[in-house]
Amino acid sequence: MDGTRAENAAMGTGVLPDAPDASVRMSCRHINVFYSGKQAIYDVSLNIADRSVTALIGPSGCGKSTFLRCLNRMNDTIEGCRVEGEILMEGKDINSPSIDPVLLRSRVGMVFQKPNPFPKSIYENIAYGPRIHGLAEGREDMDEIVEKSLKRAGLWEEVKDRLTAAGTSLSGGQQQRLCIARAIAVRPEVILMDEPCSALDPIATARIEELIDDLRKRYCIIIVTHSMQQAARVSQRTAFFHLGALVEVGDTDQIFTSPRERRTEDYITGRFG
Amino acid sequence: MSESSSPPFASEKALKRLRRRRAADRRFKWYGRLAIGFALSALALLLASIATQAVSAASYHVVAFDLDVDRETFGNVTPDALPPVDEVYRRVHEDLLARFPEAIDDPAKRHALNGLITRLAVLPEARAIVRDRRAVGAVRHVRLPLSDDLDLYLKGAIARHLTVPVGRVDAVQDVETGTISLTGEGAFTRLLTATSLEGVPSPGMLGGGSVLLSAGLSTLKASSLDSSGASGTLLTGTLQDFRTHPVRAQLILAPESERPVTDQQIAWLLALKADGRIARVPHWSLLTHTDSTQPELAGALAAIVGSLLTLLVTAALAIPVGILASIYLEEFAPRNRVTGLIEVNINNLAAVPSIVFGLLGAAVFLGAFGLPRSAPVVGGLVLALLILPVVIIASRSALKSVPQSVRDAALAIGASRMQTVFHHVLPLAAPGMLTGAILGMARALGETAPLLLIGMVAFVAEVPRSPTDEATALPVLIYSWATQAERAWEPMTGAVILILLTFLIAMNIVVVFLRRQFERR
Amino acid sequence: MLSELGHLPMDFLLLAAAVTLASLGFIAGRLRAEQFSFNGDEHPNSRPNAHGYFVLMWSLVPVVLVGLGYTFFGEGTSRAILRSELPAGFSILSPGELTTYIETVARAARMPDFLSGERVFDTVTDRYGEIRGTLNLLTLLLACVLSFGGMVLARRSLSPAFRARQHVESGIEWFLFLCAALAIATTVGIVASLVFESMRFFAEVPVWDFLFGTRWNAQTSAEFGALPLFFGTFMISFLAMVVAAPVGLFAAIYLSEYASGRVRAIIKPLLEILAGIPTVVYGFFALLVIAPTVRTVALWINAQLIAWGLADGALLAAQPTSALAAGIVMGIMVIPFVSSLSDDVIRAVPQSLRDGAFAMGATKSEAIRQVVVPAALPGIIAALLLAVSRAIGETMIVVMAAGQRARISPDPTSDLTTITVQIVSLLTGESEFDSPKTLSAFALGLVLFLVTLVFNLVAITVVKRFREKYE
Repeated sequence: MDGTRAENAAMGTGVLPDAPDASVRMSCRHINVFYSGKQAIYDVSLNIADRSVTALIGPSGCGKSTFLRCLNRMNDTIEGCRVEGEILMEGKDINSPSIDPVLLRSRVGMVFQKPNPFPKSIYENIAYGPRIHGLAEGREDMDEIVEKSLKRAGLWEEVKDRLTAAGTSLSGGQQQRLCIARAIAVRPEVILMDEPCSALDPIATARIEELIDDLRKRYCIIIVTHSMQQAARVSQRTAFFHLGALVEVGDTDQIFTSPRERRTEDYITGRFG
Repeated sequence: MSESSSPPFASEKALKRLRRRRAADRRFKWYGRLAIGFALSALALLLASIATQAVSAASYHVVAFDLDVDRETFGNVTPDALPPVDEVYRRVHEDLLARFPEAIDDPAKRHALNGLITRLAVLPEARAIVRDRRAVGAVRHVRLPLSDDLDLYLKGAIARHLTVPVGRVDAVQDVETGTISLTGEGAFTRLLTATSLEGVPSPGMLGGGSVLLSAGLSTLKASSLDSSGASGTLLTGTLQDFRTHPVRAQLILAPESERPVTDQQIAWLLALKADGRIARVPHWSLLTHTDSTQPELAGALAAIVGSLLTLLVTAALAIPVGILASIYLEEFAPRNRVTGLIEVNINNLAAVPSIVFGLLGAAVFLGAFGLPRSAPVVGGLVLALLILPVVIIASRSALKSVPQSVRDAALAIGASRMQTVFHHVLPLAAPGMLTGAILGMARALGETAPLLLIGMVAFVAEVPRSPTDEATALPVLIYSWATQAERAWEPMTGAVILILLTFLIAMNIVVVFLRRQFERR
Repeated sequence: MLSELGHLPMDFLLLAAAVTLASLGFIAGRLRAEQFSFNGDEHPNSRPNAHGYFVLMWSLVPVVLVGLGYTFFGEGTSRAILRSELPAGFSILSPGELTTYIETVARAARMPDFLSGERVFDTVTDRYGEIRGTLNLLTLLLACVLSFGGMVLARRSLSPAFRARQHVESGIEWFLFLCAALAIATTVGIVASLVFESMRFFAEVPVWDFLFGTRWNAQTSAEFGALPLFFGTFMISFLAMVVAAPVGLFAAIYLSEYASGRVRAIIKPLLEILAGIPTVVYGFFALLVIAPTVRTVALWINAQLIAWGLADGALLAAQPTSALAAGIVMGIMVIPFVSSLSDDVIRAVPQSLRDGAFAMGATKSEAIRQVVVPAALPGIIAALLLAVSRAIGETMIVVMAAGQRARISPDPTSDLTTITVQIVSLLTGESEFDSPKTLSAFALGLVLFLVTLVFNLVAITVVKRFREKYE
């Protein structure tokens, strides 16, 4: 892949209003997704800015989660799922056969809707990623990674005395922060979050949102949420999906105050969805 | 990879590590494939080895005889008399002696000649004469089974042998009484090659195999052999045949002392074959005869009937009780400690070794209740207890799969709980229950160990007529035949296994069919 | 006269009595109820049929109870009476011989007009016939009287306000409960008979000698040290698990994680065929194919070792039937027990855990080995335990392919014997359980039952916990 194309990718297609002040981390062009022949995503093109939070919103079943799972090729694990189009990251199409999804996922981490800690100790949950990718040299190194990840996820103070306890013994909010710490431990550049607070109570949700705001200084974060308030609170840019298509994307303030599209306005004013 | 492997996407170290991880990934998948491959090839090997045996037993060799059922000997046969086995067998023996006069004066040879057809083989014919008065005074054309070892020899299952054509010889001389020499320039070259290829030590040497030379109806056993001549003793027939007929050689690799068939018997077989009196026919007697001490006469009829009677008792008890118990547990039982206990108990019973049920049957049904030994009724009771947990578990899952809305609908129009269950839930669960019941019956049909302990292993020569008669069952018959020493029982066992598997497959086809019907609904 | 009654077809008569009396009861109840509906002012609580069923129930129950009692205890009672009546001269017979004698008498009495020509035997047989006849007559009378009594009482309690349907339904519910309780009765029967006969055995042979003695020779001399049997059972089950555990587990992993829907739909039923084949067929397979192969290979290894100068003589026993042959075939037999339950529990592991591992950048095998299998581990262990229990209790394969020699030998190509083999060889053809020889089979059975019980209960509990966790 030559430099010119990569540059083009970084500049965006011109059709979409890109955030000019932030560098583009991932660039998706003409993405179509099919589930055993049925189309779920229609020609979505989107640039994602680095060191900021991009929220994907839309009514349920609009394809925002499916789109999110394209970004670290989680859709590969679903039988009969086919992704078309280019997703460029540092000028390389992540869907090309020469990219191993295992390496991709070590750079694009993911946090799921329901906290899913492994049935292991807290320590092992964090150490798992660094271990399989060979990121730690020895025990002390690993201890440091675990501590740092837990601190960054704001969980260290709560669990530092019981690192050997089962990950499943934590509360729901703690479990979700554990999953975030687990994702951070592999030193990703992008973190995908698929409705990370939908299974949590309001207090736990607030803590996660604080954490997201904190993490945005280091990572590129893409968050799928069904709550418009949440999108407004945590994100800098917002993309609105409807029926598998990207309707509108822009700065969060602009989307929520003066949407360009009628459908966006209907959605955020609660007329459907 | 070179382009994409360059930084920044992944470091050299990470890629190296990745290659190792990917290799481990492929290996792991192969372990799974190997495991499946091992299990499936074991299954294939098992089925193939049994099928081979069964195919061998599916047909057998019979010898044709013309029995003179004269009035003098058989005139006073009445329907309630014992079958005249000895008289019929004497006719067979005389017939063979007349055909092979060389055995008349030699007791050892007469004994060997008797070995062609066993005495019991004439029993069906003797019975037929008793049954059918018109047979007396006529000549009956009958076919009697060849004794088991000779049958196996002709099938090539024991004493491996091969036939080599020799062709005509130039001169035949009577060297001394019983010893003949055949000469022909180069006539035996091919035979010599065959002998050396097959590793038969030169004929006549002690401990080696045998070479039989036959022409027409006559056979001699070679004692010396070279490329242009052979000599040996005449086993049966005349010298003249070797002058007028082409010669064929039969090479038998095993030494005579190490096989159950003698050269003399083989010579007679060849003569009978040349007479056209030996034929290979389907082995129907496997299905129509009862057990016997002679493999060529034995059949599985008594065991099939015994198994059916046993299953009848099992079905009559296990299916209704199992279904009713599952209805209680699923629909009526309060959730308390007693039902919890029953539940654990049923799950455990399903995993109790079957032989323990045999011990229960022996101690309680035979010992305490004094029920008859070896009877299908006891076997059926024991097997019913054995499969009860299977039926209950299957029926419960059938009941569980009926949606709660059906029950709610019936209760809402004022049906009692009993009416709801029997009128609305049961019909919906019936196919699933039936499936479980059939699978339970299939399990019962294949069980052996408990039946051994309640004495259903007895030798049963009569077809049982009621569940209290002495009987045996198919799997037990397989066990008793498989543990017999004689080789001829192996193919017979294979054939009975095939009969048993046929029943099991039929049951499973019904299950598959039911499931499909059920799912469509 | 009485002895002729001994030949009555009691099964048929009792059945006929049950059907007749039940029908009568139904008609009686229904007719009575129909009178209510004609002349009563108030609406009757239950429909006439329910009243019919109520009376039917009370006429049927006595017949069924009497019939069951007759079936299970009739023969035993008659024999006990005969035994007590036998003249003193019979005391020279040992209890075992006496039982055999009475059994012969009973069998003779069952044949009509049987005469042996021996005076004493024929007299005893005739007396036995009389006892049976009396018993038959009494049974029939009792059944009829009780049933009729039940019918009359039940009919009398009918009234328009009588809640007949509720009574019938609670009767049926009781019957359903009894059916379910039969499972308990079976376990009680097993435990009681095993414990009872074992106690008689341990009265003659000390428990300690039985459990820890190293010499077993029950058939010929009275040596009851069962340790070699335990060893043989352990050895063969171990060999079976060496085959079944890896094969079953990897097959389950492949089927649940890798195979496509179509491949799975073909292979899973094929594997389940292995579980449906009767064990006696496996025994024949072991005898016919595997045991000779094991022997050939063992002989070849012996020859190679000698040829290479690594051994002086034959190292392996290379017996015609061997622990290894039985173990391999048993392993093949239990593969589906391991794979099927493991497959279930692996599939029950939530997809979110797999997603979590993949999202961390784990490869498929890493996700399986480090996340899915550990999560399913309790269930997998339960599957292995159930398979071990199955292997320990398996009888026909070892009876046919393991051997009869009780000894402790680590050589897998030697023939070993097991608990189940000895139970079969001790009890086949025996009808009287009064010698230590036959009683020892029950002691072995008790050990077998207890050991498998522990394995089963642990497995059942573990699986139940696992299900509760993920479902």
